[in-house]
Amino acid sequence: MIEVQGLTKRYGEKLAVSELSFTVRPGIVTGFLGPNGSGKSTTMRMIVGLDQPSEGSVLINGQRYRDVRAPLCEVGALLEARSVHTGRSAYNHLLALAQTHGIPRRRVGDVIELVGLAGVARKRAGGFSLGMGQRLGIAAALLGDPGTLILDEPVNGLDPEGIRWIRTLLQDLAAQGRTVLVSSHLMSEMALTAEHLVVIGQGRLIADMSVADFVAGASENVVHVRSPRAAQLRDLLLSADVTIRADGADVLEVSGLPSDRIGAIAAAAGIALSELTPRQASLEEAFMALTHDAVEYHGGSASALPHQPGDGSAQTAGGARLETHGAGARS
Amino acid sequence: MTTVTDVGPARGELTAQAGYGVTQRRVLHSEWTKLRSLRSTLFSLLAAIVFVVALGILISWAQASHWDQESPIDRLTFDPTNTSLSGVFLAQLAIGVLGVLMFSGEYGTGMIRATITAVPHRLPVLWAKSIVFAVVTFVLMTVSSFVAFVGGQAMLSSKHIDTTLGHPGVLTAVFGGGLYLTVVALLGVALGALVRSTAGGIATLFGVLLILPLIVNFLPSSWSHNIDPYLPSSAGQAVFTVVRESSSLGPWTGLLLFCGYAAVLLAAAAVVLRRRDA
Ligand SMILES: Nc1ncnc2c1ncn2[C@@H]1O[C@H](COP(=O)(O)OP(=O)(O)O)[C@@H](O)[C@H]1O
Ligand SMILES: [Mg+2]
Repeated sequence: MIEVQGLTKRYGEKLAVSELSFTVRPGIVTGFLGPNGSGKSTTMRMIVGLDQPSEGSVLINGQRYRDVRAPLCEVGALLEARSVHTGRSAYNHLLALAQTHGIPRRRVGDVIELVGLAGVARKRAGGFSLGMGQRLGIAAALLGDPGTLILDEPVNGLDPEGIRWIRTLLQDLAAQGRTVLVSSHLMSEMALTAEHLVVIGQGRLIADMSVADFVAGASENVVHVRSPRAAQLRDLLLSADVTIRADGADVLEVSGLPSDRIGAIAAAAGIALSELTPRQASLEEAFMALTHDAVEYHGGSASALPHQPGDGSAQTAGGARLETHGAGARS
Repeated sequence: MTTVTDVGPARGELTAQAGYGVTQRRVLHSEWTKLRSLRSTLFSLLAAIVFVVALGILISWAQASHWDQESPIDRLTFDPTNTSLSGVFLAQLAIGVLGVLMFSGEYGTGMIRATITAVPHRLPVLWAKSIVFAVVTFVLMTVSSFVAFVGGQAMLSSKHIDTTLGHPGVLTAVFGGGLYLTVVALLGVALGALVRSTAGGIATLFGVLLILPLIVNFLPSSWSHNIDPYLPSSAGQAVFTVVRESSSLGPWTGLLLFCGYAAVLLAAAAVVLRRRDA
């Protein structure tokens, strides 16, 4: 169990994390989601005592990380940045970490086996590929058989096989009753791995809910309509709370109206429909909508000027990045 | 397909049974493993040994072969012990750089994050690195100093200008070669933790040990005579000098002051290591 309470981190003027509170429960994978620069890595560094919070605290099973007698046996962390001396072999790297706790050599061999690095354990870690580096980082995290695991963007840059390996691993670890917190800036990745979500934007909590609720409730649904008389239908459907996006000459994307109402209106006007499909917003769209709302909510002028480089305020930067993401997700 | 069926005994059992946890002794063990598992460290230590032994013997040989052309004053102030230990001046480069790398190497590669998550109190890491590297340096460099002394005196004996360990101050000086380098090692460790970058740490260390004395020498001589003996380099080098200038500190006073500088830097490193984000 990880309890984050009122966590705030300032780097000089820059507010990286702001009054963040959430709890990570054991037995499930909790996704820690937020766009780039939203403060995920900073929060994770504070959880394991690398960075000192400006305010607030983190408790791991009721204790501060610094006060834990055997930290590696309590929390295993895979940080975003590599944390291995390039000149040392994987085996000696893990051995040196194990020795700080009196963990026997046997366990070093076991975790090397577990992550599939047995063949290269005696090679310099500096020569490892990204995927091998991640596996070594995970071996270090598992070294003390910890009940809590924290992984910062573990699948970044991995090939599909590596991604699948990590996904399975995390789910297995959670199934054994461990607390697993894994960060990502991709909603689609979280949907496949996590059961619960903690979403942040600009260092603030946006949502703390199950993945299922998130997907169901985050965004209204869209109806995909195809008709030879699309332009005519569009005029009939339009009203104050309905938005319609034309997609090609005969396609409409309608939100704000259920599909049966659209069908009825078309029938009444004698317009033939060749397609009428209710479509749930994609996960990425739901995520965008949620984080974008938060941006608007918190940052008055920022939403009005989302692309202005301006004074470099956090809101503007975050907003602009979200917009870019949105374009990518829809195309 | 890889699945994790067994990541170890059920959670918590492992810890409870075995009494796992961080202790200073265990961190020492870990730092010893780190030191011996880097090839670059082993090469640098080998270089330091070769510098002390080979250079000491070579310079002693050169002194002996040119003895007949030396001026009377030079002959009067000739220090056979210090001459045979002149390799220490070169070895301090290798030892100092290695000392700085103890921390800067970890900051540079990111290893420091793994180290500090394992030992969140941090200070045991500073003490362990200091102790492990100081002990290794002391053992290797004291032995090297004795070998250099014996070899160097053998060269000097051809002109009967050699000395023996029985002469006053000589035994102290030969031990002093190892002691001086040990304190250089500690200065390096402290600077590495303070400055965090290899280049910055090395520049600071050798700025103080090599450049500062040069600058002080440019001062009016009444000033430089008063300042120079208290510089870290002069104070430290007093311990392996037998024939000394009147103004210079005695061997133990000098070494004590040199240790004082190292202690201040280590204390500063402790404060900074504890406070700063990693
Ligand atoms: N050491 C630091 N010094 C100054 N600013 C930092 C530092 N670390 C992170 N930041 C800033 O804090 C914000 C959050 O960063 P980060 O935690 O890395 O976000 P994420 O992991 O969600 O991408 C960013 O704007 C980043 O530039
Ligand atoms: Mg990050």
